[in-house]
Amino acid sequence: MSISPSKAGTVDNMGVETREGIMVIADIENGILHRSTLELLGKARELADSRKTSVSVALAGNNVGELKQVLFEHGADRVYIMDCEELGTFDPATYKEAYISIIKEAKPEVILISATHRGRSIAPRIAAHLATGLTADCTDLYFDEKGNFIQVRPAYAGNIYAHILSRTKPAMSTVRPGIFKPIQRIPGRTGEAVVMPKTLCPRGVLRTISKTHRETASITEAKVIITVGRGLRRKEDIELVKKLARIIGASVGATRPLVDMGWMPKENQVGYSGNIVKPRIYIGLGVSGSPMHVIGMKDSEIIVSVNKDPNAPIVNISDYAIIGDLYEFIEKLTKEIERLKSKIS
Amino acid sequence: MQKNQIAAGCEYVNFRIVVLMKPTPDPDKVRFDAEKGTIIREGVELIINPYDLPAIELAVQVKEKLGGEVIVISMAPPQGEEALRDAIARGADRAILLTDRRFAGADTLATSYALASAIRKLGNVNLVIGGEKSIDGDTAQVPGEVAEMLGLPHVSYVSRLIDIDYSRAIVESDLESEVVTYEVPLPCVLQVTLNVAKPRIPTIKGKLQARKAIVEKWSADALADIADINRFGIKGSPTMVYRVVIPKEKERKRIILDTEQGVKAVVDLLMKEGLL
Repeated sequence: MSISPSKAGTVDNMGVETREGIMVIADIENGILHRSTLELLGKARELADSRKTSVSVALAGNNVGELKQVLFEHGADRVYIMDCEELGTFDPATYKEAYISIIKEAKPEVILISATHRGRSIAPRIAAHLATGLTADCTDLYFDEKGNFIQVRPAYAGNIYAHILSRTKPAMSTVRPGIFKPIQRIPGRTGEAVVMPKTLCPRGVLRTISKTHRETASITEAKVIITVGRGLRRKEDIELVKKLARIIGASVGATRPLVDMGWMPKENQVGYSGNIVKPRIYIGLGVSGSPMHVIGMKDSEIIVSVNKDPNAPIVNISDYAIIGDLYEFIEKLTKEIERLKSKIS
Repeated sequence: MQKNQIAAGCEYVNFRIVVLMKPTPDPDKVRFDAEKGTIIREGVELIINPYDLPAIELAVQVKEKLGGEVIVISMAPPQGEEALRDAIARGADRAILLTDRRFAGADTLATSYALASAIRKLGNVNLVIGGEKSIDGDTAQVPGEVAEMLGLPHVSYVSRLIDIDYSRAIVESDLESEVVTYEVPLPCVLQVTLNVAKPRIPTIKGKLQARKAIVEKWSADALADIADINRFGIKGSPTMVYRVVIPKEKERKRIILDTEQGVKAVVDLLMKEGLL
């Protein structure tokens, strides 16, 4: 047998009756905290205050202990630190081991995890290990009047939200970056640091051969996003959009069909299964406004759409709905901006 | 964690590759129950989840290199059988459909438990491949949960299989800000992205084979000797939908413009933001 039969079905629900507090699992990218961790801390603080309980953070990695101060200043009451050389390799199984040790110690009622690729790799292993419920990509979290922890996530239909309850504890949720806001940093705020013993450092079987860093200027940070949809006729025409984006300092987004066809990279996808964006100005070119796309951009400050079809769903959620040909729009806007810029310089 | 038991370089006669495949409603034909906010599954044709096609393709490519067999496992209602036939047309050797009312209403944990149990039942599995996520559930949780339940290592977001032999695989994992190349011992679980392999079109011969093929149907009882049947389906699912809500959205201006007016409006907006 290459797979041990004793493994499946072993659950470790730890026999804990009382679980308390909200735990955030810190997501670390190249030695620094991913911004989603601070966003989750913001929500955890709000949840904990409404529940009159505390916020803890599970901080695991290699040489990560120093990050605790930032976590305290953003709302953490307690930080569990698991600093191990072995965690220098990102192995979901070893990270899971580290978090399980921390969870056993902290006994939280709720665990929040960033829906980054790292978080999404680890969360299922923790949930399966604890045989507990895990809800992916929550857009809101709250305690109801009965004290139930409720996780909100869009249903497949998109414009309908399912409120999900976990019958087991800890309840686990993953949340995409950009959904929640960090609290205002409180300089000098401190808390309790719990350093986990090195004897608990896990051993993994994955070996890192090489790593290549990628500069991903995340489109979730952009002030202006120009998103292209299926109205675009050819892959090469993305260059026209990129040129326009360049001269106005915008980022380029794409709808899922374009990403699935390989016209644009996944990092640029706007929508529920891509990036949730909230720019100052969103400009949709040839975007019809499918429910799953709308989830990813509906909180933009100002929505502009360019569409041939006056009945496209996006028209209803636009502040400015331009009914016309996107190519003509791109050409005229590019020319106009170039004219204005040449005047200024 | 599981130690690899197969010596490197040995000829391994039956290299078993399992693909986890979800039959999903055809996105072009899907209908919704607007009141309940759920998909109408009754009578809807189920096809291979598009994210699972590269997983099947990769499994077939590995088989072509190392020999052995590709077994596709799904948990679905009986009409999931057609999607499994399609998997055979695309190069799978065996198809198993976990189908039983007792599997119904499963969340990801109960689904993973049923799939992990089926893999255990098969035994001697060397490699498990799953797609990135499903087009309907969109959780991306099942392969990781299956890996944990089987006590196997796993790599997710695998965008490239660089090399594989009987004892280990070298894979590239796309972790957004970095691409990491890993060596992972077998048996293991790989959760693959759309980039990992380009699915082939089924051949006429493959289609004919698929039509004649037997899709094995396993009930909950078929797994009763190695699994706790109370952990299947709705009973084994910790998460439940408590209510569905239609959200109130921010009021928008809805000013309709032609292209000329639109260009002017956008220029004004950009100026107000100080971007021009």
